[in-house]
Amino acid sequence: MAAAFPLRRLAIDALLGGLIAAALALPMLGFRLVDSSQGLSLATRFDWVAWAALIVAGGRFALGGLRHVLSGRELRPPEAARVFVASLGAIRPKAGWALIAIAATLPFLPFSDRNVVDKATMVLIYVMLGWGLNIVVGLAGLLDLGFVASYAVGAYSYALLATNFHLSFWLCLPLAGLLSATFALTLGFPVLRLRGDYLAIVTLGFAEMVRVVLLNWQSLTGGPRGISGIPRPTLFGVVFAPEQRVTFLYFVILALALLTNVFALRLRRLPIGRAWEALREDEIACRSLGLNPTTLKISAFTTGAMCAGFAGAFFATRQGFISPESFTFIESAVILAIVVLGGMGSQIGVVLAALLLVGLPEWFRELQAYRMLAFGGAMVLIMLWRPSGLLSSREPTITLGPK
Amino acid sequence: MTRVLLEVDHVSMRFGGLFAVNDLSFSATDKAITAVIGPNGAGKTTLFNCITGFYRPQTGKLRLHHPTGAMALERMADYNIARHGRVARTFQNIRLFQRMSVLENLIVAQHKTLMRASLFSIAGLLGLARYSQAEKRAVEKARHWLDKVALTAHADEEAGSLPYGSQRRLEIARAMCTDPLLLCLDEPAAGLNPRESADLNRLLIDIRDQEGIGLLLIEHDMSVVMGISDHVVVLDYGKKIAEGPPNQVRRDPAVIRAYLGEEEGEELPPEVAPDLKDLG
Amino acid sequence: MEYFLQQLINGITLGAIYGLIAIGYTMVYGIIGMINFAHGEIYMLGAFISLIAYLAATTLGGGSIAFGLLVALAVTMLFTALWGWAVERLAYRPLRNAPRLAPLISAIGMSIVLQNFTQLTQGARVKPLPPVIHGGVTVMEGHGFRVELSWLQIAIVLMTLALMLVFTWIITRTSLGRAQRATQQDMKMAALLGIDVDRVVSLTFVIGAALAAVAGLMVTLYYGVIDFYIGFLAGIKAFTAAVLGGIGSLPGAMLGGLAIGLIEALWSGYFSIEYKDVAAFAVLVLVLLFRPTGLLGRPEVEKI
Repeated sequence: MAAAFPLRRLAIDALLGGLIAAALALPMLGFRLVDSSQGLSLATRFDWVAWAALIVAGGRFALGGLRHVLSGRELRPPEAARVFVASLGAIRPKAGWALIAIAATLPFLPFSDRNVVDKATMVLIYVMLGWGLNIVVGLAGLLDLGFVASYAVGAYSYALLATNFHLSFWLCLPLAGLLSATFALTLGFPVLRLRGDYLAIVTLGFAEMVRVVLLNWQSLTGGPRGISGIPRPTLFGVVFAPEQRVTFLYFVILALALLTNVFALRLRRLPIGRAWEALREDEIACRSLGLNPTTLKISAFTTGAMCAGFAGAFFATRQGFISPESFTFIESAVILAIVVLGGMGSQIGVVLAALLLVGLPEWFRELQAYRMLAFGGAMVLIMLWRPSGLLSSREPTITLGPK
Repeated sequence: MTRVLLEVDHVSMRFGGLFAVNDLSFSATDKAITAVIGPNGAGKTTLFNCITGFYRPQTGKLRLHHPTGAMALERMADYNIARHGRVARTFQNIRLFQRMSVLENLIVAQHKTLMRASLFSIAGLLGLARYSQAEKRAVEKARHWLDKVALTAHADEEAGSLPYGSQRRLEIARAMCTDPLLLCLDEPAAGLNPRESADLNRLLIDIRDQEGIGLLLIEHDMSVVMGISDHVVVLDYGKKIAEGPPNQVRRDPAVIRAYLGEEEGEELPPEVAPDLKDLG
Repeated sequence: MEYFLQQLINGITLGAIYGLIAIGYTMVYGIIGMINFAHGEIYMLGAFISLIAYLAATTLGGGSIAFGLLVALAVTMLFTALWGWAVERLAYRPLRNAPRLAPLISAIGMSIVLQNFTQLTQGARVKPLPPVIHGGVTVMEGHGFRVELSWLQIAIVLMTLALMLVFTWIITRTSLGRAQRATQQDMKMAALLGIDVDRVVSLTFVIGAALAAVAGLMVTLYYGVIDFYIGFLAGIKAFTAAVLGGIGSLPGAMLGGLAIGLIEALWSGYFSIEYKDVAAFAVLVLVLLFRPTGLLGRPEVEKI
């Protein structure tokens, strides 16, 4: 028999929450800076503050009450959700094939128009980037906040090679990957000795430096105007008309992404992949077994960068135009969020997270202004709910099997 | 015919003003178990960290005698000592790869061989037989050691989920998978019950006799030390105070004093003496 | 010579501001080992709140500048501290024992939320404020160049010094400060000794936020424009300053701030203004490579 409904406690709790919300909301919601010809002045919106306080108070009360009411039951909502997600993990292999099947036939499905395929292409780029970053962050445990730099190098490499030397996309693709990898290697050498959070901030700093250089080295990169007129890929000489090109590009990125996936899965089963995971688990133990942590970190870093380079080249060719605007820190944050939210090391998790974080906002373009706010909020909320990621259980790469 | 494997030659390790290891010299031979004992804070783990390259001693030499020649450990990095010096170790606080399986822990230990066989992953990516065969051999070696430490049934479980005693055994098995010449064990019996300690003794003697390598052992558990060591070195405040066969060392007055304090042979204060004499 | 002196003055002023923000980073990192990614945004909020408070106060107080500034200072410190407290309580505390990356992602998410919250509630355009504190002294004159030291610059540096003294006193003399230092060194032990770790951590965030708020007010007055994006760049530079000075060290953060401020001023004065941010990042990389513990930091020894 459940205890009596703690009305008084919940009411006080809600009241406190409401008061704090009101205080937090007062300066920024209650007032608005108005810039007019006479200069800066203030407008008031105290009703917004009242609403904020009411919503927070009401929400706290409702949540508290719900928790109390359901505490007697066997399955609480969070528990039910947990079971659901766990069952997702159980059907993982089949789910993977199902997703591939859907992806392969997407352009031919009844509801797919050019818009849908276009958005799916965008999601696939992020999936590919997520799988690439997964090698660095998920497997090797390196906190890379500057992944967008490798992406940018790949994009600009292709753009410059194609517009200046008229090389074909297929030739430039491996070159872009190579250049990105080399770039990561040169940058990585000095900084990969750093511990955890320091590595994060340094990679962030490097990525920002790259962006500033791209912005200011006008003679090479075109500065803020970027590079335009980037040629689209052809298939054995066949040039596609814009309508078919969307579908063609979709299949190109699908192929690239799947290749990345196979590559990453393969690596995981090889000594290098296991060494990366061991490095993530305990660096000192690695040293005691004769593994050189610096070499491992560099190899993880460069491999991830190579994948980013491929993705960058594709991005450049799809857009036809690139500028430093597309390579800000937010991109690194999105890709990192996709990896962490998906559950590090989980390939399907990355797909789900990309659909969630990139696909949904794309579909709700009308709410453009709230898109980033929702994105940031989603990052915080998902971390609070499932800090290890949505699908985070680990499968061993090699088994002894039943006895 | 045993030969000297490790020579510790006037090694000193200082932290700030404190000498953790003070002008220490001794030798460890192969085909033997050498125990390093002493009260807490005597510098034993610091010594280990110097030998295995995690610390760099300020003075002294650490000579490892290989079949191919001598190596100066004091100038080598930790992973090189493990890789080229073939010195393996276990840790006081157990450092397993927690979220990897038992088997994977042992496979990672064979990284060097496997990397070479996979031609830095190329052969592996292409699925060449050369690599898959090497992987099979690695699994066999792992199985051999799993059987030795009785963990075969748990091979596919997460290392972190094993009970404490099993984790300790796994760490030893993992160290042995690197084919070492010298195995350094930091308090392998800590937290083990008497039955597990006896199993450990058997395992270590087995390793000494079957593999013919040298074992260097830090231990507090005297049943292990006295039961299986061939040679004992006693440290106190970073200095060596005794060295020799276990039976000789246990009777050494300096050793007794270090462990029990100054009570033996010390004069009692005059005002207390009469009262204590009545107690007998 | 004169030009150099001017850059020096500008650099010190800038450095004081960076130092105040850096203290927040260094204290939080010192106590819970995490980079508070949202701290830059807290500083940005401080700037906005100070502007709003100043405008409100001058309208209500009949146009008195001194009154307006005092109110702005008090209000921004209070409300920004509340925001800092709230962010810790909501986004970090539940993740204190979670895997390493979780609080980092949460912090990045929080940073995005705060940036966009400001953008949505106050508009994306920059907010200009005409100079409030005018005038200064001419320190030197020569070669056709006048070295100006404005009252505002003096005020900023003096204010920073005062705050530094107050907080150093709090940290070293009061029981609160002792609890903070104990928790920083060994959280579990401090808890066992009866220290309310949650309260100490909250206090750390609150102090950091309050100081960042003052920096926000200073920047509003000094540069005359603010927008929702100022937190990002200032945040990275302030973190660089914290690392340069030695993470965990309060005087180090101030020292680091001064260094970064001077580097930035001298670089943009003598080399190029476009790449001045690159100079700060480059310093960060060099410091981490050659002296990771910073100027005043103590090396961490990991137990093997």
